[in-house]
Amino acid sequence: MLEIREVSRNFAGFNALDRVSLQIEAGEFFTLLGPSGCGKTTLLRLIAGFDQPDGGDILLDGKSIIATPPERRPLHTIFQNYALFPHMTVAENIAFPLRMVGCSETEIKQRVAEALQDVSLPDKGQQYPESLSGGQKQRIAIARALINRPRLLLLDEPLSALDAQLREQMQLELIKLQKEIGITFIYVTHDQGEALALSQRIAVMNSGRVAQVDEPSRLYEYPGNRFVADFIGQCNLLSGEVMQLQGERLLVNLQGLGEVQTITPANTSVDVGNQCTLTLRPEKIRISSKLEQGENEVHFKGAVHDMLYLGDVTVYKVELANGMLLEALLANSSAGRARLFEVGDPVEVAWGFDAGHLVMD
Amino acid sequence: MHTSAWRKKLVSQKLLGLPPLAYLLIFFAVPTVIMLFASFRYAGDYGGLAPWYYYEQGSLSFDLTLENWQRLFETDIYLQLFLKSIAYAVLATLLCILLAYPLALMIARSPRRYRDLLLLLVILPFWSNFLVRIYAWMIIFSPSGALTHMLNSLLAIFGIAPISLMYSPTAVIVTLVYVHLPFMVLPLYANLEKHDPALLDAAQDLGASRWRRFWRITWPLSLPGVYAGSILVFIPVLGMFAIPELLGGTDGIMIANVIKQQFVESRDWPFGSVLSMVLTAAAVLVVLLGAKFGQQLGQSK
Amino acid sequence: MKRKNRLLKISALGVYSFLYLPLLIVVIYSFNDSKLNAEWVGFTWKWYDKLFNNREMLTAARNSLIIASASALIATLLGTLAGMTIHKYRLKLLPGLVIAPIAMPDILMGVSLLLFFIMLNMSLGLLSITLAHITFCIGFVALSVQARMSNIDRSLTEAARDLGATPWQCFRKITLPLLAPGIIAGALMAFTLSIDDFVITFFVAGVDSSTLPLQIYSMVKIAITPEVNAISTLLMLLTLILITLVAKLSPGALRS
Repeated sequence: MLEIREVSRNFAGFNALDRVSLQIEAGEFFTLLGPSGCGKTTLLRLIAGFDQPDGGDILLDGKSIIATPPERRPLHTIFQNYALFPHMTVAENIAFPLRMVGCSETEIKQRVAEALQDVSLPDKGQQYPESLSGGQKQRIAIARALINRPRLLLLDEPLSALDAQLREQMQLELIKLQKEIGITFIYVTHDQGEALALSQRIAVMNSGRVAQVDEPSRLYEYPGNRFVADFIGQCNLLSGEVMQLQGERLLVNLQGLGEVQTITPANTSVDVGNQCTLTLRPEKIRISSKLEQGENEVHFKGAVHDMLYLGDVTVYKVELANGMLLEALLANSSAGRARLFEVGDPVEVAWGFDAGHLVMD
Repeated sequence: MHTSAWRKKLVSQKLLGLPPLAYLLIFFAVPTVIMLFASFRYAGDYGGLAPWYYYEQGSLSFDLTLENWQRLFETDIYLQLFLKSIAYAVLATLLCILLAYPLALMIARSPRRYRDLLLLLVILPFWSNFLVRIYAWMIIFSPSGALTHMLNSLLAIFGIAPISLMYSPTAVIVTLVYVHLPFMVLPLYANLEKHDPALLDAAQDLGASRWRRFWRITWPLSLPGVYAGSILVFIPVLGMFAIPELLGGTDGIMIANVIKQQFVESRDWPFGSVLSMVLTAAAVLVVLLGAKFGQQLGQSK
Repeated sequence: MKRKNRLLKISALGVYSFLYLPLLIVVIYSFNDSKLNAEWVGFTWKWYDKLFNNREMLTAARNSLIIASASALIATLLGTLAGMTIHKYRLKLLPGLVIAPIAMPDILMGVSLLLFFIMLNMSLGLLSITLAHITFCIGFVALSVQARMSNIDRSLTEAARDLGATPWQCFRKITLPLLAPGIIAGALMAFTLSIDDFVITFFVAGVDSSTLPLQIYSMVKIAITPEVNAISTLLMLLTLILITLVAKLSPGALRS
């Protein structure tokens, strides 16, 4: 439905967006994820119409919209600070889009009342925005943006100003809302946990380029490059060189660790001698004081260098024989497991051949 | 690609600024140029300006001269008067800093809810009529006034002859300070208000005494405000004529009095224009220096 | 720390007294039943009475009000346009031109405008005074408007556009209402400045017209009668009311 084609945007020599191309389907919850400065907000503003691209095109249903001013694009934005008009009541705020297209007073009254009902704030109509809490303001902003049924909703880090508990609640509400209404959401955030929880597809962005576009689980399990592996969740990144191709498997020589077997990555061209990185999630590593080496496993000895108790899990940084640090974690599924190992304890770690995912450098 | 529609919109929005721009060009920039131009003309027979061109045997000739500018350097008096005016301005500025600082500091350290009120109290006298403020000091300094009586009785104890406060440089300086004080208080306050109290706490924690804390932390951080206020005081004072005329007598006149004289009494407009251009140059110089200084200060922080 | 605070407070109080005492003297003596501003004789309204019967004074007051109203109106219009444009675009020329009249000594503007009007063969009078006043008032209005604009959240105008408002609708329904306090504050400041102006008016007024400050000036030069005290007190009262209004409307405006 929305196509972003080779869009570029420069600010005084700084490349905010570099030939970005994306396709967003109707009805999906699509997220732009990346660290600050990666260009995600710039892209959102281009879609909304507050800025013009220096190169490329943005098409809605096949027709270019970059010449259309923001007020005539069939999409609305939820701003980070809500942008509720302070000199108007809540009801007038919500009514604003309807007034702009000249709806009749009776229709406005009715639809505003409905909208307030939908966001569970039926009696706040005559109040002014400053008397509302953050979460309530957010809901009013959403009600205002949805009242004239746009095709697309752009959300610019809408939950970043809320505290953790409220944020979780609003996240669930947003998911529910999007499913109910069925309109397309384009969500911008720097919080990868939020992105993984909310989205159907995520575009991970870095320095003005798209690093990878995929479903959350696939991004997590099969990152396409070092950046995505590192940005999403915690990850061990082990550099190495391809030694031997063995069909479904291949042999990699990891720096400092020796030769290790892993699964050949799909849809990637691999040759002997290529530099690569083995991405290994901490939870895929088995850790114990004494391990039986299983089949199809890699096995190393080491000692606990650091540990971090996080309540639900404990993270262990294990120093291997050659000085390298590997991060593993154990879920604290029963009481007493929290401090299974102390700093300095000798441990053994192992992971299966299929536990890691290889990315080419 | 920026579409032409987008670019057209930008241009049309900038057009909004055209009316004020045009007005100011016509009524500010052009008169200044005219003043520069007038400094090269001859004075008219009955005052004003003589025509600057005339037709002689069918061709256009210009009647311009440098003699007005030469007159500036013929004697010392104008240079001395300029230096004296600058000295007055410097003195007035320093006194303003001295008086404004405790006031600004106190307001900046007051609880937030009182600050606007306290500031308003500073601003109110400033907004009352300029002449009224001068007039008030004329009353205070008048020979028949209470202040003069008190001062002279005090001096009489020491056997010093009575003096008149009126029509003296002292009266001029005091009134100059009085009239321009709020100009120093406001920028100074704006700066002091932004100071982080934690800095002073840290200094105290590390062993600095009250005076040290002020001298090494508050004062240096407040310098941009001091400079801003100084420019706001220095330039208007330099161009003052009403105060010296009403309170200064013959000793206390400043360069602006001579300018006024040229335009009103002597009606030697070209020479008046010359003096005005020099005053303009001095003011512009001070502003540019101040801006540069302010930039440097900003960078070194 | 407490001792320094008290020292600070005392010196601050001293400066406040320095600011207000002279004005207080003017006010008090306006009720003094004596021609000299020396000793207190008795309370009287007679100077105010004389004032309201003084033909010249009344004409001057009327002129001042006319000029101030006209100047404030036009300066507010132009100044608002200037303030909005300066805020939006990083221009070089306009801000400089707007601030310059305020930064330069008054006498330069007075003299140069005198030359300008004479060169145009324009007669000096209410019109020339008004034109001059507008020139320096624009700056104050522009500053007030610009200060107010920078306080308005940019996302509000973007949200309005995003929700379907054309640029004109956005201006009318969002920008203007939010800007209003700044505009009104600027207008009031312009009015006050115009009523109070002396130096520039002195040069461009010509022989026939007089404004309140010019009237006070000639009175002060010729003979100091307590009528001056009376008119001064009235002017101060007017300014007090106007500036308090400005302070209520737009606290930031005064600081600039």
